[in-house]
Amino acid sequence: MESVTKRYPDGTVAVDRLSLDIPDRAITVLVGPSGCGKTTTLRMINRMVEPTEGTILLDGEDLQRLPVTTLRRSMGYVIQNAGLFQHRTILDNIATVPRLLGWGKARSRERAAELMGRVGLDASLAGRYPYQLSGGQQQRVGVARALAADPPVLLMDEPFSAVDPVVRKGLQDELLRIQDELGKTIVFVTHDIDEAVKLGTMVAVMRTGGRLAQFASPADLLSDPADAFVEDFLGADRGVRRLSFFPSAGLELVTDAVVPLDAPAARLAASGAPYLLVTDPDGRPLGWGEPRDLIAGAIVPEGLLPYGRPFVPGTDSLRAALDCAVLSPTGWAVAVDADGRVSGVVSQQAIGEAIRSAHAAGRGDVAEVAEVAP
Amino acid sequence: MNVLTYVHAFFADGAHWQGYDGIPRRLLEHIGYTLLALGLAAAVGLPAGLLTGHTGRGGNAVAFVATAARALPSFGLLVLIAVGIGIGLLPVMVPLVLLAIPPILVTTYEAVRSVDPSPVDAARGLGMPEAGILFRVELPAALPLVLSGVRSAAIQVVSTATIAAYVSLGGLGRYIIDGLYQRDYEKVAGGAALVALLALATLALFWGAGRLAVSPGVRRR
Ligand SMILES: Nc1ncnc2c1ncn2[C@@H]1O[C@H](COP(=O)(O)OP(=O)(O)OP(=O)(O)O)[C@@H](O)[C@H]1O
Ligand SMILES: [Mg+2]
Repeated sequence: MESVTKRYPDGTVAVDRLSLDIPDRAITVLVGPSGCGKTTTLRMINRMVEPTEGTILLDGEDLQRLPVTTLRRSMGYVIQNAGLFQHRTILDNIATVPRLLGWGKARSRERAAELMGRVGLDASLAGRYPYQLSGGQQQRVGVARALAADPPVLLMDEPFSAVDPVVRKGLQDELLRIQDELGKTIVFVTHDIDEAVKLGTMVAVMRTGGRLAQFASPADLLSDPADAFVEDFLGADRGVRRLSFFPSAGLELVTDAVVPLDAPAARLAASGAPYLLVTDPDGRPLGWGEPRDLIAGAIVPEGLLPYGRPFVPGTDSLRAALDCAVLSPTGWAVAVDADGRVSGVVSQQAIGEAIRSAHAAGRGDVAEVAEVAP
Repeated sequence: MNVLTYVHAFFADGAHWQGYDGIPRRLLEHIGYTLLALGLAAAVGLPAGLLTGHTGRGGNAVAFVATAARALPSFGLLVLIAVGIGIGLLPVMVPLVLLAIPPILVTTYEAVRSVDPSPVDAARGLGMPEAGILFRVELPAALPLVLSGVRSAAIQVVSTATIAAYVSLGGLGRYIIDGLYQRDYEKVAGGAALVALLALATLALFWGAGRLAVSPGVRRR
């Protein structure tokens, strides 16, 4: 998008000289407060709204050169309440664009059935009508319908904002999985910064008046907000959220505070740690106990302190590890392998040090950047 | 004697069932006038309603046409035209068609206007052409209301088509007018009962059409 402006007939400037280089085969998220021009920007890409000034290029070609229906059929479009056709079955809803493109009925339906599987819809729903589906299922149908003709581009306008948080998380994970498989160029509109950070390869933060405040990767956005507006929009726990982008693999795990339930008394006494994590014979965590109680044999598995929620080094981020430590009654986080066997424990202090060194390795210092902003 | 016995006597008389003035013939004539008037009104009202509803333009014109046409007295119009150009089918059709257009036009316009905008937006965004949006997204969703507009037009035409008898045409109005003139109250009551039955049959017909034509996804059953 090159210096694109949209002024509505009533004089409202919805988008103001916006320039954006949307990367191929990645998710670009447009985020910002209500009325900042996100929807308008998105709809200029499929020409549901025509820009007043500026040009939009697709693979170097001006969008204005393409016939509008051809253009739209090459871009999937997903909207907030799915916008399904109530009079058509789920299968026929999904088959819409293939039918428009003149594929035969049988082939279109075959393709639609394939897509139902891809977006995680049970095949038994094919013959139902939209009103017989939950909001989350309808949204999946909306995504399947947009993907049906395998368009290279997918435009999504707050597709998951009308469903509850649990369903939303499922839909977000599903989208990331689909994107891993299909590698579409996705432009995704949301007003939820968490959703933007979770889904975006690149995030464009817009401010009221339709101006671009910052265009950066989620990690850069959290570490280097361009100005006070962006920082404010990112929210108070930006620092903690940024930890999602640091792996927990580098944490040094302590193993001598981990003991099996039937460990000899000498071993229990040897570690010197204030608490010991007791495991069952398979190495799965049972809970925390104090060495002297364990030595006295006064503790049964039911009497141990709960160990909270373990994290998986390598898979989980530093944020997950810190969360475990904060929630643990002993202040130590429990690390397990993919099978749930304890691989070690790590203290809050150790996590804190890992965070400091991760920040030092990252670009810039958070506090300084915030202060130089206007 | 009450009305029911008049009606009973009328239908019991075998002479009323045959010949030039028999029930089958008058019924067919009446149905013929109704279908013709309804067909002409639909040919004007449906396209105009769909188009104005889809584009959202011309809403005021629709409201004006509808109000003006409703203010016209059917019988007065009939007499006026008959005096002007002589008796025949035309003086009958003009008031009947003008009677039927407003419910069809206004309801169709409102029905298309009130269709949920998000499927329409989605269809447009997926590259459906405007005609496709109108006929394959808006019309199926608006169909129950559109049918109800045509249905009320049909019921009004069925009952008003009796005026054809005033200009020497046939139809069920013959029984009522001739009966009044001949002081044959059996005939009057019988004619009126036939009109009522035809109206009920029309309702049944539209109910059936709704079952067949409206998608279960829109009926929600
Ligand atoms: N058709 C229109 N005519 C006039 N003004 C409009 C029109 N559509 C949007 N606007 C205005 O343009 C501005 C941007 O609207 P837009 O819908 O793009 O915002 P948004 O960022 O998507 O907001 P939200 O998060 O609430 O969906 C708003 O001030 C809005 O009132
Ligand atoms: Mg919006």
